[in-house]
Amino acid sequence: MRNFFAILERELKSYFFSPVAYVVLGFFLVITGLFYYNIVNWFDRMSMQSMMMAQQYRQAPQPINVNMMAIRPLFHNIAIIGLFLVPGITMRLFAEEKRQGTMELLATSPLSNWQITLGKFAAALVFYLVMLLTTGVFVGLLFVFGNPEVKPIFTGYLGLLLVGGCFISLGLLFSAFTENQIIAFVGAFAANLAILSLGWLANFVGPNLGAFFTNLSPIEHLDDFAKGIIDTKHLVYYFSFMFGAIFLTFVTVESSRWRGAR
Amino acid sequence: MIQVQNLTRYYGRTPAIENVSFEVEKGEILGFLGPNAAGKTTTMRILTCYMPASSGSAKVAGFDVFNQSLDVRKRIGYLPEQPPLYTDMTVKGYLTFVAKIKGVDPRERKNRVNDVMEKTAIADRQNDVIRKLSKGYKQRVGLAQALVHNPDVLVLDEPTVGLDPNQIIEVRELIKSLAGNHTIILSTHILPEVEMTCQRVVIINRGRVVAQDTIANMTQQKRGLGRLMLQVDGPSAQVRDKLASVHGVKKVQAGGHDRYEIECEAGRDARRELAQAVVQNGWGLLELRAKDKDFTLEEVFLNLTTTENGGANA
Repeated sequence: MRNFFAILERELKSYFFSPVAYVVLGFFLVITGLFYYNIVNWFDRMSMQSMMMAQQYRQAPQPINVNMMAIRPLFHNIAIIGLFLVPGITMRLFAEEKRQGTMELLATSPLSNWQITLGKFAAALVFYLVMLLTTGVFVGLLFVFGNPEVKPIFTGYLGLLLVGGCFISLGLLFSAFTENQIIAFVGAFAANLAILSLGWLANFVGPNLGAFFTNLSPIEHLDDFAKGIIDTKHLVYYFSFMFGAIFLTFVTVESSRWRGAR
Repeated sequence: MIQVQNLTRYYGRTPAIENVSFEVEKGEILGFLGPNAAGKTTTMRILTCYMPASSGSAKVAGFDVFNQSLDVRKRIGYLPEQPPLYTDMTVKGYLTFVAKIKGVDPRERKNRVNDVMEKTAIADRQNDVIRKLSKGYKQRVGLAQALVHNPDVLVLDEPTVGLDPNQIIEVRELIKSLAGNHTIILSTHILPEVEMTCQRVVIINRGRVVAQDTIANMTQQKRGLGRLMLQVDGPSAQVRDKLASVHGVKKVQAGGHDRYEIECEAGRDARRELAQAVVQNGWGLLELRAKDKDFTLEEVFLNLTTTENGGANA
């Protein structure tokens, strides 16, 4: 456990003492901000329209749900942005250790490969969490001008964390494959996109196969969380996804100890 | 302390090392010599549990490097050829991290880190980011890293590369001072360094051990060949024939100015017989001395690694 925390702490330091963290965070906030602006703008027009309709027909205005119409699309967008940015967080985790020779230090220290792998995973997850928390500003602003429900926001963030965990575990795996950070980035990005596109594929393959593909995509499982529902089937999906990818990472790292490849 | 038996390691189908065996006693400094690509780094990587051997076994402090790898790794400090530094950390932060993962007791951690920084003379830059340090400093941070958990066994792959002459002497003294408490394997190309620091030497060439002995024995053995220098006042052709006929003389070479260079058979000291032969013929023996000083470790090394090459090619 002490070793796990030593790895975690070092990785976090190297995130926040290097420009990478701030570049990724900055881009993330700019892009999320743009989407947020669009969503709120659209929401604003919708509520104007609804008011005008109400005036026209002399009825009370239809209540518009902030959670459903502003926060849910925002969360969905954050998940998609994560798909692009998470490989940027994970690419260096193993690749850089191999390139600068520090893998030799870790591999000859009394550490288990589980400690190394999980420590790195946890560090990326913490960084991703920090990234998510900064979007709290956007959600907070909605509380100033509207009256959203709190619980779906919490479950939504939980869902985002789980989606991010999947992307991170996959990124970690690709970082373990290579000592080139660019390959790690592109590989993880392509894999994320491929898994996401399974959800789109679902529209074209008929109902039975469609349901199968829909359930494979991490983004599809997010929707219930954003609605405020914590369903165990989604939890099982996310946790098995993460476990699978982390286990493969572990095997990859362990195999280099057996095969002696660099 | 370290037992290596018939260690073999293949990369694909080519062997990097073949049947390498040697032992290191507790507290000893072993010099590990060989030309580039001879298999030094491979052997060291197997000893430090970085990669497995294809066959054979290696034990460090009684633990098998493959089956009891964690026990071995606790007891070993390793400085690879390229020091494994996190260049975005400060010297102190880095060493503290290494102390943690090497399992140094949290209460002693601070002392240990300060201690090794003193020993390797890097304390003055302890709050600097490693990236900004010079090569010499980086190398010493790498050495400090290997020492921080006070390991029983130290494996150093070319520890003085990139240091200036003063620093080389300091590091050499440091390594010497560590012997006794630590068992050290030191690989290097710098032969005088080995002569100055190591008690015993293993010479490896093309993946095989070609010699292993104490430095004294190794250079002595070569002295057994015995090269002598004679200056004789007499008719040179006759003198040469006479000298060549002396029992134990292998080869005579006339060098001009009545000088003759003589190579004796291994293990024979022919000085007495030579002097007798000269005097019996009524010639003047002006000079007779051994040319021993020419046999340095460097000559031994070149001799072993190049003849082996020739042998393998033939």
